[in-house]
Amino acid sequence: MADIEVKDGVDDETVAAVARLSGKYKYGWNTEIETEFAPLGVNPDIVRLISAKNEEPEWMTEWRLSAFARWEKMTEPTWAMVDYPQIDFQSIYYYARPKSMLVKPKSLDDVDPKLLATYKRLGIPLKEQAILAGVEMPEEERRVAVDAVFDSVSVGTTFREELKKAGVIFCSISEAIREYPELVRKYLGSVVPATDNFYATLNSAVFSDGSFVYVPPGVRCPMELSTYFRINAENTGQFERTLIIADKGSYVSYLEGCTAPKRDTAQLHAAVVEIILEEDAEVKYSTVQNWYPGDEEGKGGIYNFVTKRADCRGDRSKVSWTQVETGSAITWKYPSCILRGDDTQGEFYSIAIANNMQQADTGTKMVHLGKRTKSRIVSKGISAGKAQNTYRGLVSMHPKAKDSRNYTQCDSLLIGDKCGAHTVPYIEVRNNSSRVEHEATTSKVDDDQLFYCRSRGMDEEEAVALVVNGFCREVLQELPMEFAMEAQQLVAISLEGSVG
Amino acid sequence: MALAKRTTDPALAALELPQGGAWASEARQAARARLAEMGLPGRRDEYWRYTDPTTLISTDPTPAKVGEADDIFAGTNALRLVFVDGVFDADASDGLDESGVEILQLADVTAKDIHWVKEFYGVLEAAGQVPVARPLAALNTATATQGAVIRATGKVSRPVHLIYLRRDETAEAVMHHVVRIEPGADLTLLESGAGAARLSTVMEVDVAEGAAFHHVRLQGRDHERRAATHCFARVAADARFKSFTLTLNGAMTRNETVLTLKGDGGVAHVAGAVVGDGDDFHQDDTVFVTHDAVGCESRQVFKKVLRNGATGVFQGKILVKPGAQKTDGYQISQSLLLDDDSRFLAKPELEIYADDVACSHGSTSGAIDDTALFYLRSRGVPERTATMLLTLAFLAESLAEIDDPALAEELRDRLEGWLARHH
Repeated sequence: MADIEVKDGVDDETVAAVARLSGKYKYGWNTEIETEFAPLGVNPDIVRLISAKNEEPEWMTEWRLSAFARWEKMTEPTWAMVDYPQIDFQSIYYYARPKSMLVKPKSLDDVDPKLLATYKRLGIPLKEQAILAGVEMPEEERRVAVDAVFDSVSVGTTFREELKKAGVIFCSISEAIREYPELVRKYLGSVVPATDNFYATLNSAVFSDGSFVYVPPGVRCPMELSTYFRINAENTGQFERTLIIADKGSYVSYLEGCTAPKRDTAQLHAAVVEIILEEDAEVKYSTVQNWYPGDEEGKGGIYNFVTKRADCRGDRSKVSWTQVETGSAITWKYPSCILRGDDTQGEFYSIAIANNMQQADTGTKMVHLGKRTKSRIVSKGISAGKAQNTYRGLVSMHPKAKDSRNYTQCDSLLIGDKCGAHTVPYIEVRNNSSRVEHEATTSKVDDDQLFYCRSRGMDEEEAVALVVNGFCREVLQELPMEFAMEAQQLVAISLEGSVG
Repeated sequence: MALAKRTTDPALAALELPQGGAWASEARQAARARLAEMGLPGRRDEYWRYTDPTTLISTDPTPAKVGEADDIFAGTNALRLVFVDGVFDADASDGLDESGVEILQLADVTAKDIHWVKEFYGVLEAAGQVPVARPLAALNTATATQGAVIRATGKVSRPVHLIYLRRDETAEAVMHHVVRIEPGADLTLLESGAGAARLSTVMEVDVAEGAAFHHVRLQGRDHERRAATHCFARVAADARFKSFTLTLNGAMTRNETVLTLKGDGGVAHVAGAVVGDGDDFHQDDTVFVTHDAVGCESRQVFKKVLRNGATGVFQGKILVKPGAQKTDGYQISQSLLLDDDSRFLAKPELEIYADDVACSHGSTSGAIDDTALFYLRSRGVPERTATMLLTLAFLAESLAEIDDPALAEELRDRLEGWLARHH
């Protein structure tokens, strides 16, 4: 960002933090490993091949094929504020598996040491032990179960036995299709239908693996669950599918991380995440998205086209999405909440940082269907270099969603005069007992707080910085401790001088 | 996002154009070509997702009973230009000789082969077609034969008032006004009346350096009328543009305002107050403000009170172009839903390419505040009156955008009367 001039009022620490976060990509190395690819491109045979590799039942193959037939008739969406060269969907590998995974390892001990080393280097050791250095917590609470997805396959899932004792099912989706077909069949595609949108439909046809979680009624999942996605093979798309079912009165916190090696050519990642919440269930879904963003000239990087949606079917259920988006060349991602049950709650906390030539178009949809439903959106977008960062969101209050409430705040910070920050909210209110508030400004810092700081001898600017920083921390606190390392760096970000 | 490029529509390309002099024929042909390229609007177009254009583009207007004419500006000393069903009525109008302003009829101007208006007619409209297409405006430019051409050269002592009367239940009016405010000049323009069963107006306003333009418009109580209006304005350095619209009814109203701040230190305010009643009421404000100069200020203030199933739409955008530093942009859109059937659909957008700017927007929707109502009731104010007072208070921020205090007071009284009758 050497040639970019930064205006007065933007905190130096913020500029440094943004540069640090997105300047040097730490995960750009690749693992030399023998990989088996499906033939290039996509067609019904490839769909059948993926289905066969996963030893899927007939109904699953049919589901995929009908999605593929549908996808062939669809056109790519162009409404997002992102600009990239036409993707040639026939020049991508849709399935890549390390040869050592040909025979599925029986336990983590049997996994190819190269793969284990890869995850170790990423800071995600696939051992049933405490994870992530630098996180100080009691031994009991430090455990996180990990499902590690490498290119198109799940390498292994930790803590399975212990979770099973609590009744929690945590495994790869390919295993779930084989072992819990009745659950998968009931819920797969029930939140994001196979016909939902261009990328979700493509995913429905060709998804190769991903994670599956089922938390039975009344169970509080004894540890955090996480999936770590790694794209390694060149020229390969990753299409993963995550299905989380939180039965009545259950609770689970789920974490997601992702990285990829530096490559000169862009790579496609089109994932679908579906979350089903029954009565009184609560799901917390946190993402630190750190796909390779491409180089300073915009060469390479991941095209991240993701559909994530939670369906609060049961009354009083609650879902919370927290995302920190720092990677990807292109981000197209709108984690959404369908607030179907009465008294359900949806939350979306997002920090999106776009630097160099990155383009992010991200936000959320809050669809209020049930009575007394509540949603809260807090979005912080930071643009630097020549990046474009867009918040796009929908808040919809249906006629029957009486006495509902939405609060939205989205702030943008521009670092330098060559980037862009955009806000595209859609607000649809169809009843009068609900209150909807959208605001996008930092000048609305709480006057009482300001007054308090001033009365303690701070000057105006310091006081504003403190209050705004405090607000940003509040968002970051939504992140589980496991993301503390990333979060620590983000805390240095101030949104002083931002526009919205 | 622009309307998707369509293939040239042969029917639109063959649209019959009015006869006119050389410059007008050229301008109309160019507009027709633009229109054919864009096609007519449809529900799938991004900026028509909340408003169905069907009744605005049908071959014949839907017949509309002639409603009550409501001349809110009757008490104002203004130079009156009367149009009946979209046709200028010289007998009903005042004489057009006024110091500091030149007023011509579009019909006379378009008959000539050469005229200064050539530099403006269809020019601001064409510039306003990017990045969002506005096909109804191009259609207007291509086919309009009526309208006023106004050039202010100094401080005009009294407002110019365009009055749109209605007689025929099936008339369609297509009017195109061109307003040029010369450097340092100052003009207030008033507009009122339903105009026709279906009204299309385009107003192109060029505000030169240091000039000021004030616009106050009443879209009255004629219940069944339909209207699509466009205002394209270019604001030069240190110039001021202020526009306020009060919409009291109508089956369909689409008001588009496209403003560009072209010179440093320019100021542009667009405001609207809407009081809609009934499920056949649909009102849409679509505003696009572009900051293309340093140190400009823009305000968008829109307040909508909706009841009995009325629909209010707000689509507003602030675009700050690269280099438009020190921009001060503000946008607020709020609705007060007086009952459970009404709807408010909003898309308040920001698109910012400069870092040293202060841009903010807010949007809220909800019912009357129970606590405020309770407070007034506890002070002995009857519920009806309390609701009316709170409604007026809600609209106040937009009415404050009217510079002339007498006019603002007049409009406020009218609103109060209207609310009293309708509660």
